[in-house]
Amino acid sequence: MGAKQTLTTLIMALALIAAGTTAVAADLPDQVSLDTMAKLFNGVEFDHAMHADLGEDCSACHHHTTGTGTSNERCMGCHADSPGMKTVQCSGCHVVEPFSAKHINRDASNRYQFHIDMPGLKAAYHWNCVGCHEQMDGPTGCQECHSRTTAGDDFYQKKAVPAVAAAKGEH
Amino acid sequence: MSGISRRRFLAASVAGCAATTLAGPKKALASGTFSGYPDGMGVLVDLTRCVGCRSCEAACNKEQKLPAPGRPFDDMSVFDETFHGGKQKRRPDENAYTVVNRYNPEGGAPVYRKVQCNHCNEPACLSSCFVNAYTKTPEGAVIYNSKVCVGCRTCMVACPYQVPAYSYSSSLDPVIKKCIFCYDTRLKKGLPPACVEICPQEALTFGKRKELIKIGHQRIETHPGRYVERLYGEKELGGTSWMYLAPVAFDQVGFDPSPGNEPIINNVKDFLGTVPMVLAIWPAMFTGFHLLAKKHKGHDEHEHDAEQQHGEEGEEQ
Repeated sequence: MGAKQTLTTLIMALALIAAGTTAVAADLPDQVSLDTMAKLFNGVEFDHAMHADLGEDCSACHHHTTGTGTSNERCMGCHADSPGMKTVQCSGCHVVEPFSAKHINRDASNRYQFHIDMPGLKAAYHWNCVGCHEQMDGPTGCQECHSRTTAGDDFYQKKAVPAVAAAKGEH
Repeated sequence: MSGISRRRFLAASVAGCAATTLAGPKKALASGTFSGYPDGMGVLVDLTRCVGCRSCEAACNKEQKLPAPGRPFDDMSVFDETFHGGKQKRRPDENAYTVVNRYNPEGGAPVYRKVQCNHCNEPACLSSCFVNAYTKTPEGAVIYNSKVCVGCRTCMVACPYQVPAYSYSSSLDPVIKKCIFCYDTRLKKGLPPACVEICPQEALTFGKRKELIKIGHQRIETHPGRYVERLYGEKELGGTSWMYLAPVAFDQVGFDPSPGNEPIINNVKDFLGTVPMVLAIWPAMFTGFHLLAKKHKGHDEHEHDAEQQHGEEGEEQ
């Protein structure tokens, strides 16, 4: 009885996972707007279709979450055969405010040995994009991906005039 | 009878003095090992992640309402600035509580290092301040009360990281200026400092210091070859709230490679521990010696005089 129930649950779970994976593959977006944190810089219109066509498998960017396995040796121990997850977008795991008191004091029982040092969303984007762009000769300058807003110009003090005294240092 | 009690008094005072001298510093040392508040916060700076964008400098300027900079914060030519005959890179000053410097280690990619107050567990600035302007808060910040600062600048000499700066430009109210971990506006409300929040690379990780120590060691273990095996600030000079991981030896990126693990205060603790004892016991002890010596001398002279007088009298008879 117990064994039968477990078996049924397992089959159902597998079926659900299979359905999920198909759904993900079918709903592959062409364009993704990465603009949830846009303030000093405008959001990025990410050409997902172009990047998907580069030939790398999904795990190059999505770790193990798309169900295509993972090439990262450190993750393989647990996630070599991990099924696809319901949410595959970066913000599903990487939080916008990784240093909020709420996140720092989050329930310790929910923390996994290998996930205690997970970067926030902003760092996850930058590492993922810039890391690859450096190897593939993609754009790496700040404004090559996202143009600066007026608020950003003020923040970086665009109008600061080089003082004559600033030349006191040796060059 | 009176001679024996005098001898006993002297012996007792010498023994007492010796006991206090020996016991004093030991007690001071035992009370002096403070490894930080249990829930103190900190920042783990990962030099392998920093790309030198200077956003932290811009965020600090805005948060602390500092004067406009000489050049925009996206001007990377500041990395070429050097002072004192090319030996000194940029340092925090009254107008910038944090600066980023670029280092070019031998045969490697450039490494960027952010400089600001490291918020020591046992701050030398705090120990050296005679008006008690500095405070190490339970949240981990080393803050100061500029209203009581008299401008003696002893803390600038005491700081092993050369962090506190002086507002030389203010002729009316010159005071010490330094990074306060955004204590007033952020840290005490549970928010990360402005520099941490703005960092696009998460080169700065904010969290409980004790957790950051674990994370730091975990990064070294899980990325063999990426870091030198050292979490700078975990133990150096008694430990700091801000700690560092680097891809090259720390002396190549401007750190003192061997500052020792003793907090600066330990250099003077033995001496300072004896001061109260000296002040309390020595005046009484030496007054006692003086009185005894004087009394003895007076007695002798009197006896001698009496003998002499007696002799003279005898001769006459």
